[in-house]
Formats: sequence, structure tokens, C-alpha cells
Amino acid sequence: MRITCPCCGERGLDEFSYRGDATLSRPAGDPPLPGAGAEAWAEYVYLRDNPSGPHRELWYHGAGCRSWLVVTRNTRTHEILDTERAVNVVRATRKDAEA
Amino acid sequence: MSPFDAAPTQSPTPGPTPSGSRPRQPTQPFRLAEGGLIDRDTLVRFHFDGRDFTGHPGDTLASALLANGVRLVGRSFKYHRPRGILSAGPEEPNALVELRTGPRREPNTRATTIELFDGLEASSQNRFPSLRHDLLSINGLLSPILTAGFYYKTFMWPAAFWEKLYEPIIRRAAGLGRAADEADPDHYEKATAFCDVLVVGAGPAGLAAALTAGRAGARVILCEDDAQPGGRLLAEQLSLDGRPARDWVRDALAELGAMPEVRVMSRTTVFGTYDGGTYGALEHVTDHLAATAPHLPRQVLWRIVARRCVLAAGAIERPVVFPGNDRPGIMLAGAVRTYINRFGVAPGRKAVVFANNDDAMRTVADLAKAGIAVAAVVDSRAAPSATSRDAARDAGARLIAGGQVTRAIGGRALTAVRIRDAAGREDIVPCDLLAMSGGWNPNVHLTTHHGGRPEYIASLCAFVPSVLPPGMGVAGMAAGVAGTAAALADGSRAGAEAATACGFATSPLSMPSVPAEPSGIEPLWHTLSAFGGAAGKAFVDFQNDVTAKDIGLARQEGFRAVEHLKRYTTLGMATDQGKTANVNALAIMAELTGRTIPETGTTLIRPPVQPIAIGALAGPHRGGHFKPARLTPTHDWATELGATFTAAGLWQRAQWFARPGDAGWQETVNREVTAVRTAVGICDVTTLGKIDIQGPDAAAFLERVYANAWKKLPVGRARYGLMLREDGFVFDDGTTARLGDTQYVMTTTTANAGPVMQHLEFCHQWLWPDYDVRMISVTDQWAQIAVAGPKSRDVLRQIVDTAYDLSNDAFPYMAAAEITICGGQKARLFRLSFSGELAYEIAVPARFGDALVRRLMQSGAPFGITPYGTEALGVLRIEKGHPAGPELNGQTTAHDLGMGRLLSTRKDFVGRAMAQRPALTDPARPTLVGLRPVAPHDVLPAGAHLLPKGSPATAASDQGWVSSAAWSPSVGSWIGLGLLSNGPARHGEIVCAHDPLGGRVVEVEIVPPVFVDPTGERLHA
Repeated sequence: MRITCPCCGERGLDEFSYRGDATLSRPAGDPPLPGAGAEAWAEYVYLRDNPSGPHRELWYHGAGCRSWLVVTRNTRTHEILDTERAVNVVRATRKDAEA
Repeated sequence: MSPFDAAPTQSPTPGPTPSGSRPRQPTQPFRLAEGGLIDRDTLVRFHFDGRDFTGHPGDTLASALLANGVRLVGRSFKYHRPRGILSAGPEEPNALVELRTGPRREPNTRATTIELFDGLEASSQNRFPSLRHDLLSINGLLSPILTAGFYYKTFMWPAAFWEKLYEPIIRRAAGLGRAADEADPDHYEKATAFCDVLVVGAGPAGLAAALTAGRAGARVILCEDDAQPGGRLLAEQLSLDGRPARDWVRDALAELGAMPEVRVMSRTTVFGTYDGGTYGALEHVTDHLAATAPHLPRQVLWRIVARRCVLAAGAIERPVVFPGNDRPGIMLAGAVRTYINRFGVAPGRKAVVFANNDDAMRTVADLAKAGIAVAAVVDSRAAPSATSRDAARDAGARLIAGGQVTRAIGGRALTAVRIRDAAGREDIVPCDLLAMSGGWNPNVHLTTHHGGRPEYIASLCAFVPSVLPPGMGVAGMAAGVAGTAAALADGSRAGAEAATACGFATSPLSMPSVPAEPSGIEPLWHTLSAFGGAAGKAFVDFQNDVTAKDIGLARQEGFRAVEHLKRYTTLGMATDQGKTANVNALAIMAELTGRTIPETGTTLIRPPVQPIAIGALAGPHRGGHFKPARLTPTHDWATELGATFTAAGLWQRAQWFARPGDAGWQETVNREVTAVRTAVGICDVTTLGKIDIQGPDAAAFLERVYANAWKKLPVGRARYGLMLREDGFVFDDGTTARLGDTQYVMTTTTANAGPVMQHLEFCHQWLWPDYDVRMISVTDQWAQIAVAGPKSRDVLRQIVDTAYDLSNDAFPYMAAAEITICGGQKARLFRLSFSGELAYEIAVPARFGDALVRRLMQSGAPFGITPYGTEALGVLRIEKGHPAGPELNGQTTAHDLGMGRLLSTRKDFVGRAMAQRPALTDPARPTLVGLRPVAPHDVLPAGAHLLPKGSPATAASDQGWVSSAAWSPSVGSWIGLGLLSNGPARHGEIVCAHDPLGGRVVEVEIVPPVFVDPTGERLHA
């Protein structure tokens, strides 16, 4: 498999490591505000979908620029449809939420 | 001659004999007078089963054996049937030999792909005591119980007999070659190549594709399995533009060779299609040489990354299934032509050609031209084509239209075939060679590795690729495009398409004129009137000895799906993966079940296309090269002292420093521990992970990644930090020092240096991207040495520059500072202690680590300074009750380790929410305790389980385990740390430590985990 890192260009699979689903977001946990409920945390930590088709997932370019990436991969074909820096994805998501 | 007489295959014609003492054979009696791509002026000597033979450069072992009249080359897997040479390529199921001797002995090597070299030694396999007289051929008589599924049915009872009796016997009787007994002395490499267009196969289609793409300027890699590119162009009597085809091949290769962007790789098998245009290929670099060449690997495993791929892998001819179709002398029709035309070898003296297609009729002409008598041409088609009629007439052979070969006759060699004509009349025709063809199977393997199933084309009687992996095109016979002219045109088209897709402007190849090549075909899979009759074994899978009767049995017992058929009969599961067997098998299953071939379907084909040696997959990563060794900055110094080293992940760490006179390692470790407790010791702790964290939000970031509080840590102080995973379990621990307003240096455990770095990056880039903080690993940049013991301050005073006050008030426990030593050398000093003694860790840039340790030894000599290793380090920390790897095992919580109070309630941090789950703080969870045997000298085994006294040693009464244990010279007893249910509430209780592996039970007292200086006076001295 080949992944195109936005910083480093196209590289072989062995430079990357896989983490998992990039569509999950960490529940709020800031004291003294009440944190999210146990159910939300259990879902975030343990429950995963097993989608067939395009899937957004987190990869780490550990043998390259050390960027965390959001890779859109077709789980049926291993086709890589898109690669973004994770930090940019989070920032864009927050901007959308604020707007 | 009666057809039942054995035909002499080793004719006793005298010939010139080479010098030497082994029994001589006549020189190549079956070598044709002319023709072939061999160097007739050079003789190559080789040995097969201990006999000397000669061949020529350009021969394969198979062609050289045939030239010498050797046609019996092996015994079959299950029934020990005599077997010869079926094919002339990598699909060979029968002619498997052990190649070379000693540590280089390689089993199951195909004689049809072994290039002959001087001194080659090969032997036949699976025979006892000799190939000609194989006692185990009585397995053939046992065949009623050796049929499909015999493993599952025959040896089921009594069950205990299976392992000790049945399996060893079956394994001896059935099997292939023997692996070498010694380690592989050769070396292997791995390499990566990039190109625009990868062309697989250098036959007419592949050469045309490479020429078209290469002329357009594309970067092309052309891989050819064979030593000589050309494919069928080398094997046929064929003229292109009126010249021999091999001349066209030579010109094409010369042109490709002159293109700077084109690389032709012969002896290279592309064995797998992987994701993203990545292909696996194996290059045989020195396999064809008599001796290993210096500085050359035996094989190179290539990863080829190609933007486009043209698969031009050609096709493999199908055998026909009939009783006795495995007798030596029965050969694929195309292989017969290869031996005649490419190798100048007569595969027999008197031939019968049996086929269902026009292509095989070339064999008739080639046999006749080579002077080999053609006794009969058996064309299974009811209305034979003009091609068949012409071929038979020109060869002076009898044409049996609508006929079939119903049985092969002979023992160790073919002596005759039984023929049935269209009217049902039977006849026996003596012959020593049967050239058979059931048509051609396109080599679709590389198109199926992404799950694509090939599609059946009835007019071709073959499966062709349908859904292709991204970026792949197929050309020539691999796509079912028959004939040289069509293959050339199709290859050029595919090459142009691939190059165009890569952005190159292409122009079509000018096509040479090629005589017409008829390829008409009508289906024929077998000539059996009934499956499972008494007519004799009709083999479908030669290598795994699967017969048509076995397929009938599989159907009868309900294994009708092709994947079930495969597993029940082992069809297609041998080293050849059924390349000559699978299509015949599923055609027979279709017939038996009344389904069409497309309805029956194919099995899924997975990589590799050809067998790959494990050595090639391992490449250079073996022995000491399996993983890199990381050496500490003081490694040379420790080596000089005679230290014993131990592996900690990739690191090599000093385990202890034995001195002359030490009675054993225990005495050495005791001495080192005592030195730290009473004087001063030093230990390299460079291997702990070090991460430099800087930025205005560094403290806020630490608040998130550590479970405990960080905001109030002043500059110049360090603090213990506990890191959790998001599921609430302990991830790692270490100390982090604040060196400046916005600068921290974190330490991690040795094992987790990499994972913690990755985790911090995740937190920073994904969870909290707004923090203004940066981090980098500095593990390799700083050498760090622990100086521990009551005299440690005195030693440091000798090297720390006088401007720095080391008194307890000025530099207390957990102080951290950037200082200078030895007159201006920059260093970092931390007052940290893993041993519980007054102790420091001093860090210098890594290149000064060696100088620092030598200076410490020198300055510390008057104070009795003693180097200590990881073993003493372990004893010291157990004595002090510090958790380490065995306690931080990924299954323990802060509560389990007695650190529940560290978890902050005033902030969010990774693991906070989940750590609050009641089950994770349940007192009944195994919790950290100290352990002390009631008898101090009772060895306390780490890993032993803790059970209440008097309870049975069952899982139900298990209450915990001993995580760490050591002899403590300070306490004068064995001591240990353990995790015990309700542990802290049970101090003073006696429990039993059960060690079923060592067969020991030790009574131990539950005690607080800190054995030495529980009030911490020494720490703060």
C-alpha cells in the first residue's frame, strides 16, 4: 500500500502505523464542568464500526515527518482516496462548529 | 515389439566418456544433430542420482536429462508412482528434485527451471531405496485407503495413535524433498524499484508492450521468469518478417537494452500484486552459477512500485485426464516443441500426438522435422480441422479423427497408448512419447490477488481475466489472445495504453509479418467413461496425486463447491498450486454435478505465484541483523570492564560487572547492591526515553497527558509523572523536570520511549491542537548516568564546577538544573533516585558520555565507586517498592499500584473518565504488596501465583501473583513485589506462592512494598 503524506509525498506502508477510526471525537471531560456520561466514554474507547467502503482513519507517519494523518481508505479495495494532516482536519471541524 | 514390453530408455550406445571414476553414461543420445539455443561447443558436467552426465550451456536440468535419455526423474507424493517430465516451465508438477548438497540442498526444485551449470548435483526425491526400485510404491496398492479425505477417515481411531503412530508413518511414506539440515549459508537482499510501466513476461506481447512504452520515453521494467527473454518465440518454429523469431527477439532486446529508462530483468518472477501499484518480484541472482559469486546475493526480493502494469505472462498448457496419464514419456505438446526447438533435444523416438486443438498440430510438424516418428495423430474433434489433416499428412502419420487416448501403458516409461476412434474401435499404438494438449490456460494469477475472479470463455475453453487490479492491463495469451501476430499487436496496444496513462505520447509498433497460426479448439477435459472405475488412476493433480476418482468421491460426499473440493482432496495445494490441474478439476466437477463451468467457478488464487524461499522473504534480517542493536554511550567502557550485557528492547545494557574472584553472578549483584547502599554506584540510564517539550502551553499540555498535577511545578524541579491510557489503565511513568519557564524534559521507561512519543504527538495534533507546544525526542542526544549512594554527593563535588552548590538545602531531592562540570562542560543534573538512596542523574551530550563515566570512576575511586548493572538496579528498586515493567504491564491501574491518590480531580487528562469506573478501583483487584518468604532463603519465584494457605492449587482460589522477586542483600532475605487481591489490607498475613513450573510452594508474608528506608530519610539526606 502507498500513502501520500501531505508533507513528505508518496511513501510505502511500512513508514506508517495505523490507529483507527478518525470519525470519533473525544467526549468532553473538563472538570469542574460535568464530563460526558459513561456511555459516551465507553462508546469512544471501546466501540468501533467495521464499515465496508470508504473509511476515514488515523495514521501516523512515524518513519517520516511524525504527522498524524486522516487517511480516507476504501476498506474493500485498500484504495487511498484522500490524505490530510490531522491537525488541519480538527481545526477545520472546529471552525465549522463555531460558524 | 509388444506394447507391454518395457522400452529401453537408457540406451547402451557407447559414446565418448569424460574422465572420472563414476559410472559413465553415453553422451547425450537424445540430443538432436542441430538446432536449439544451446552452446554445443561447450560441455557442462552434472550429476543426477550419483551418475555423471553432460549437457550444454543453455540447457535446463530437464532438457539435459532428456538429452541423456533419463526420463524417470521422481516418485509421486502419495503413491510413489514413477514420474517424468511433463512440462518445460515453472508449472512443472512432476520433475521435482533436490538441488545441490549440504547446507545448500534445496528440495522440490523444478528440473524444468534449473539452468544447467558445471558440477550441478541433483537427486530424485521421495524414493526408497532407489528411484528405479521404490519399496514404497506399494502405496499404490494401498490406494483404496489413500483416497481423498483419507487423513480424516482412516486414522481416526484410537485418537491417541494419531500423533505417535499414524502421522509419522504417513509423513515418511508421503512427502516431497528434504530440507537442508544446516543453516542457509547464502545471503539475500531486498530492494525497491519504481517505474511508470511494469511489464510482466517477455514473450511476444511483453516485448511489444515494453518496446512501445519504452520508445515513448516511459520508465519501463520488463520482468521475465526465464533466463532468456522471448517466451514462446524461443520455442516455436516461427518466422517474423521471414527471419527466425529468435532474431526478432534479439533485436528487440538490443533496442530495449539501449534505452536508458528501460530495465530488463530476466530470472525475475513477479509473484504478487499488492495495493497501490506495488508488486512483489523475486530475482534469482546466482542460482544459475556453479559457485556463489563474491558480493552477490543469491536472490533479491524486489518491491516494484509501478504506475501501470502490463501482464503478459502467457499461458500454461493443460494435460488431458485419462488412466495412466502420469507415465514418464507423457508430455505437454508445447513442451515437446520447446525441447525440440529451444534445446535441440528429442523427447522420444516414436510419438503420438493427442489434442483437441490446432495449436498442438505444430508439434506434429516439429516432431517430423526433428526426425522423430509420429505414429498417430489423435484429434478429439469429431470433424478435424484442415490443420490437423495437413499436419498428419505431412508427417506421414495416421490421423484418428474424433479419437481419444483412453489409457497409457507402461511402468517406469511409456510403451504404448490405447486409442479409441470415433466409431469406438480400440487399438494399441506403441510409442515412447505422448504429446498431449487440452488447450491453454491463461496465466491470470496476478489479476486475481485483489479478489478478481477470472471469467470463462467457452470459445477458448479457458478462463481469462475479468476484473483487473487498478492500473493493470493484460495482453497476449494471458488475456486469451492467441497467436503471435495478435499477441504482438495486443502487447503494443497495452504498452501504449499504459504509457499514455502515465502521460507519454505513443505510436504503435510496426508489426512484422507472421504466418497464420490456427488455434481452433473444442473442449476436452478427460477421456473417462466413468469416474472411479477400475480403469486405473487418471491423474488430475499430478503433484498431490489427486485422481478423477477422488473428485468423484468428493462430489459423492458433498464437497461440491470448488473450495471444498480443494480442501477435501488437497487438489491444487502442492508447491505448483495446481497450475496444470485446477481447470481440469473444476470441469470434471461441473460435469459430475450437471453444472456449467462458470457455475462451478474457480478457487481464489493468492500470492505467491511461484514458491519463494523463506530466506528471500527474510532478506538480510537474520541473526544479528534481525534488529539493530542500540549501544549506550558507555558501552565501550563497560566492555573493557568485562560487563555482561542484556537486551532491553533494541538496547544492549550492562547486566552486571563481574570482578575476578566473584563466585557467580549473584555474588557480583550482591556486591553492586551493597556498594550503592553503603558507598556509591554508577549506572548508565541513557536508555530511558527523553523528550524535550517546549512552548508557552507546555505545562498545560503536561496537565493533559499526565494524570497528576503539573501547573505548580517550579523551574528547577522535577516531579514523578503517571501516564494513563484513555481506557484508564497505566500506560507509562517517569520524571519530568522543568528546566525553564517554557521548557521541560520528560523521561519515559526504556520500553515505551517510542510509544510515548507517538502518544504525545497524537494528543498534540489530534486531541488538543491549539496548545502552543513543540516536542522532540532527545534520547540519543544525551548520555545520562545515575550516581547513587550515600557518597554520591561527594563524588559529584569532584567534577561539578564550584559555582554550583550541591548541598541538600541548595539542591534538594527532586531538584533539576543546567550546570557545568569539569571546568565548563555543559551538563544537566537531576536529584532523582530509583534506589532510594541519596542519588543523582547527570546528563551530558551523548558524545561526552564515555569521558564522563571514566571521569566519575576516577574521581569516585577514593569513595569506593562501583559500576552496577540492570540486575542490581532491579534489586534496588524492588527493595524500595518501585513498580517497573512487570508491574506496569498494561493491565494495572493507578489504584492497583497504590498511586490512586495521584489522579487529579481538578483537570481533564487522558484516562480520567475511564479510570473512575468502580471496577478499576475495586479493593478486590490485585493490588501492590511486598512479599517476604517465611524462611528467608526460600527462593521466591517471579510469576508464582498467590493462594490462601491450605487452599487447593486451582484457578478458583488464585488471588494474585508475584510480579518481581530478588535476593536482597540489604534485607538478608528473598523479597518480592506482587499484586494481591485486597493486598494492602492483608499485611502480616501468610499466603502460599505456587510455582507449578518449578514444582515449588513457598510460604510468604504479605508486607508493605517498601523494604528499605520506608521513611525516606536516606533519599532526603
